Amino acid sequence: MNGAGPVIGFWALAALTLVAAGGVMVSRNLFHAVLFLIVSFVGIAGFFVLLSAEFLAMAQIVIYVGAISVLILFAVLLTPRAGRDNGETAVFPAAALLAVALAAVFLFVIYDADWATITSSPDVSVQAIGDALLDIWVVPFEIASVLLTAALVGAIMLVRTPEEEAEDALA
Amino acid sequence: MPLPILATNNWYDFRDLSNFSRLILENLDKILPHGIVYVVAVLLGFVASFLIFVLPSQLIVGVYGERKLIGRIQSRYGPNRVGPFGLLQPIADAVKLMQKESLMPLRGDVIVMNIAPLIFVAPCVLLFAVIPFGPRMIIGNIPSALIYFIAVSGLPVLAAFMAGWGSDNKYSLFGAMRIVAMSISYEVPLVLALLGVVLFTGTLSLQGMVFWQRDLNIWIAFAQPLSFAIYFIAVGAELNRTPTDIAEAESEIVAGYLTEYSGMKWGLFYGMDIGYALAASAFAATVFLGGWSFFGLDKWVPPWLIIVTKTQLFYMIFIWTRGTLPRLRVDQLMAFAWKFMLPIAIANLFVLATERMMWVRAFDADLKFVWVFVPINLLFTAGVVFAWARFLGYRPENTPRKARLVNQAGGFIPLGGAKGETRP
Repeated sequence: MNGAGPVIGFWALAALTLVAAGGVMVSRNLFHAVLFLIVSFVGIAGFFVLLSAEFLAMAQIVIYVGAISVLILFAVLLTPRAGRDNGETAVFPAAALLAVALAAVFLFVIYDADWATITSSPDVSVQAIGDALLDIWVVPFEIASVLLTAALVGAIMLVRTPEEEAEDALA
Repeated sequence: MPLPILATNNWYDFRDLSNFSRLILENLDKILPHGIVYVVAVLLGFVASFLIFVLPSQLIVGVYGERKLIGRIQSRYGPNRVGPFGLLQPIADAVKLMQKESLMPLRGDVIVMNIAPLIFVAPCVLLFAVIPFGPRMIIGNIPSALIYFIAVSGLPVLAAFMAGWGSDNKYSLFGAMRIVAMSISYEVPLVLALLGVVLFTGTLSLQGMVFWQRDLNIWIAFAQPLSFAIYFIAVGAELNRTPTDIAEAESEIVAGYLTEYSGMKWGLFYGMDIGYALAASAFAATVFLGGWSFFGLDKWVPPWLIIVTKTQLFYMIFIWTRGTLPRLRVDQLMAFAWKFMLPIAIANLFVLATERMMWVRAFDADLKFVWVFVPINLLFTAGVVFAWARFLGYRPENTPRKARLVNQAGGFIPLGGAKGETRP
């Protein structure tokens, strides 16, 4: 890919993602913050498209925009109204310090890393990803799925109330 | 040497409209200054898609046909005043919606509420980018088109959620939460059903699936009837159509997330509901019903005519269910998704994977033996649906042994039993 198109696309997506990420921080309303977060997820999916990793872009949309954001929205809605304000709290200085430290680490890594340019574009087709997941990386893949299943069962066990248990025992 | 109007040597290829548009645009590019041809391409695409798809499907079948057919199902006339047979009713509706006042709740979130209809519209248009209308009539022939479709069709849920939250109305919020819960629940069996299709075709590209079905002269709906049934039910629930439209159930929560909307903003939601149903129909026609191919008929009839016809016929089934079936309760729908659809979807996937393995090992991946699995899968579908329903279902008890809630006992039981005998 060469020409002006990818460059314009990159800067437009970068602006979109960064503005949305800033919006997450400055918006006082938690619901608006989540919506900004979704926009920044979409922007990152756009970066994956620019890198010709379209499967990753689709996965980003399915998982982050389709599932995780919706879960965050639910969490925001189901918490009491007092928890909905995104204003200053007592942990603000600590959080700011942590953010600065994290940014420093990231900048250090970005400037220190040896960014080699690959000459041949890697095979990022769906078939190659599937082969890799079920061939070389099959153990981490299975461990991740077992972990997710355990988390699912655990979450269901946690949210069951004694009344529901009693109801089931009755039936 | 093929004629310039044909892309290949097949004489019937002139019916593929992409060749026409390519010829027009290439010749215009020589005359016009650089860049203008893109504007012409946009205009040409707009006019062509309006004439081929939007006018016959969205306006005539979607808006007019749905009301007319439901009217006939319910023994009334349906629209019959505006124009011949009431055909101009969609235009009258649009004019009415445009001049209606756009009301805003005083405490609502104005920005979120205003951009929600826009976010609802955009994915619907994007969905049609990967639907193949012919061997070369496809906008984005991307290798992972199936995942693209699933990803993009998850976006309108967010718009509906924004609409429900921005309205600052408790019924809107109920509707929004219901639509999100429904869409999360039914996405799981839907994706599992589509995974079975991918196992057989070995490709995620929708065009590849159509070619697979055309080359083998089989529809996936026959090879995998259970996947087709699961897809139909699950997508009907995700589309929020009437047997499953608990998100805007007017008998329970005024109009769900659309309660506070009026005028053209409501009109966008209404129109795009039909648009999403058409997109799901086009997707079903492509993945399960052979797409633009029809057992060799696509040599004689333009392929885009076949896929549009299939889409509209599939949409008729949606209208039929909408006019016939009563609305389900929210807990019934959730229980159906998790207790019934999900287990049989997993069983279906297991059987299909076994068949795929057998087919690779025993038949040497010879594709023509896929016919062998058609009766097996039909029997399996009937068997698993019947068996799981018997396993899950309960018979109403006339003389219960212990105290139960009404819905657990299967209905109201008068004291003393149904037959009037006294309880011990």
